[in-house]
Amino acid sequence: MSAIQQAAVLGDGTRAVKGLDVRECELFLQHEARLLDEGKFNDWLALFTADARYWVPSEPDQANPLDTVSLIYDDRQLLETRVRRLASPRIYSQEPRSRTSRIVANVSIEEDADNASTTLVRSKFVLIEFRRNEQRLFGGTYFHQLIVSSGALRIASKRVDLVNCDGPMDGIVVPF
Amino acid sequence: MRHEVHENVVSLVKPGSVHRRLYDDPEIFDLELERIFGSAWIYVGHESQVRNPGDYFCTQVGGKPVVVVRGPDGALHVLHNQCAHRGAMVVALNKGRTDEFQCCYHGWTYHLDGRLKAVPLQHGYPPGFDTKSRSMAMLHVARVSSYRGFIFVNQSVKGPALEEWLGYMTTSLDDMVDRAPDGKIEVAGGVFKHTYNGNWKLYLENLCDAAHPWFTHRSSIDAALQQSDDVFTDGAGEIAMRQMRQNGAPYSFWESQVGIWTYPNGHSFLGDYHDDKKLIAALNDPIFRDYIDAMEKKKGKDETKRIMEVRRWNSNVYPNLSFMSQFQQLRVIQPIAVNRTLVCTYSFKLSGAPERMFHNTIRFANVVNGTGSLVLTDDLEIYNRISLGISSEGAEWLQIGRGYESDVPDEHGGRRGKNSTSEIYIRNMFDAWLGYMGVVGAQPLRARVESVPA
Repeated sequence: MSAIQQAAVLGDGTRAVKGLDVRECELFLQHEARLLDEGKFNDWLALFTADARYWVPSEPDQANPLDTVSLIYDDRQLLETRVRRLASPRIYSQEPRSRTSRIVANVSIEEDADNASTTLVRSKFVLIEFRRNEQRLFGGTYFHQLIVSSGALRIASKRVDLVNCDGPMDGIVVPF
Repeated sequence: MRHEVHENVVSLVKPGSVHRRLYDDPEIFDLELERIFGSAWIYVGHESQVRNPGDYFCTQVGGKPVVVVRGPDGALHVLHNQCAHRGAMVVALNKGRTDEFQCCYHGWTYHLDGRLKAVPLQHGYPPGFDTKSRSMAMLHVARVSSYRGFIFVNQSVKGPALEEWLGYMTTSLDDMVDRAPDGKIEVAGGVFKHTYNGNWKLYLENLCDAAHPWFTHRSSIDAALQQSDDVFTDGAGEIAMRQMRQNGAPYSFWESQVGIWTYPNGHSFLGDYHDDKKLIAALNDPIFRDYIDAMEKKKGKDETKRIMEVRRWNSNVYPNLSFMSQFQQLRVIQPIAVNRTLVCTYSFKLSGAPERMFHNTIRFANVVNGTGSLVLTDDLEIYNRISLGISSEGAEWLQIGRGYESDVPDEHGGRRGKNSTSEIYIRNMFDAWLGYMGVVGAQPLRARVESVPA
């Protein structure tokens, strides 16, 4: 019985279930990447918990999002607004829309202690974005804090460490 | 061809309109670097970035790499980042602390004031080879001057001193510093480096443009207006919502409550934008109350009131600086190519203010100046679209005439628009542009390379 099935059987709402297996996590991350590539941003938003944070630091090894700027730092309220804007017919920075292609790999479970409320999953990603006449290449490391909620995996927080996080960059509109 | 550009460049600006070539002609761009960035005061950084002897950082002045360094005696030096031997860039890291600069090619070593310190293998050079010669050094940029900690350089020995050149804009820089209870500010919280495919002038032309938010930022305005305030926020969303919703103020607001002031040398500021009930200066925010208490304790009630009533949005110091004194934000515009620009944005920490107030500064920076901001990304799109648009065979002359009959003199030697939707600040920048680029007041062309007698 998988961890998710176990949680569903227990019917215990939002709580961490230890023993998430790495394949389960990998399938979840691939599902997330697919939603983003297909522009299903509302479905992507639904993967996050009600108090989730989504963070793209502006510096390597940035300690926190509070006293240093971030390329993106969204609490739930701002993340909802970000996603709502992506659906706007007047989002000029997405006219034309970006097309993206993501590879998520090298998945590992970093922390899964019994006393922790979430499971920290680390993965590597490569993202190609094409818009108008230009193609951009991004790469880096994802850190997902995953939690099982009502029988499904959810993202409590997502940190995206870009290899070029402190380099000059054109605007970022489509989430990583 | 170059001669032709030189002769005709002043004809590309008319009252109320400018020729599109000003934004996409590489020869005009080269002339701008030479004449504007070569003779205006260019902001390079803040003294808090080089607080101690040996502290240095690298930046660019009109596309040229320079290093800003604090000498052992506390003196500030701005050096061209080039070895006198074979021309290699000497300092390769963006910032750091050092006792000396050493070239990685043959080990030539320099004092922090640029003088040559040591040269390996000194024998075997021609008789005239003199390591004490002034030209055998990391050369100084012609002039360096600071105003209240803000460091500017000038590549020309001619022209007005910094303070005279800044004129009334010193009051905006004062406002940056005056808001610190202890009277000191420091660069903190990292830097955004955003780029776009467009001319450097477009950035400053947009920053005091009060007529665009309602339209350009419609997607983030609508998204923020529809956002529930009942969902989880740790403060980041709350500050972002206030700012994005404020962008949705109708034209009547911009035409009745916001002003635009312009001054000689191309400078300007947009004022009276936010009141205390909005943004990070929210009176009902306990952190802001603590801040006001700290201010009143250090400066007294009257002076605190005076400072809080200086309500400026963007202050633009032509040609490469724009800052928001109310919100501790500062942007440096760096031209890379005629259609490519880099903007570095910094935050400042107010000494003596509550630590948590700086968290709000960072949240504000993310929404207003962030590379992934829901607002700024649409501005970047506008710059890109102007570049694409003017490459067409459409209208040759672009309009900057809005409000031109209603400009009025300002008591401090400038002129102000009737209200913030006036394009007076763009016309004012082109007045300065003409002064730098045209025959009158222009600096001479750089000396041509002459053939050296054998």
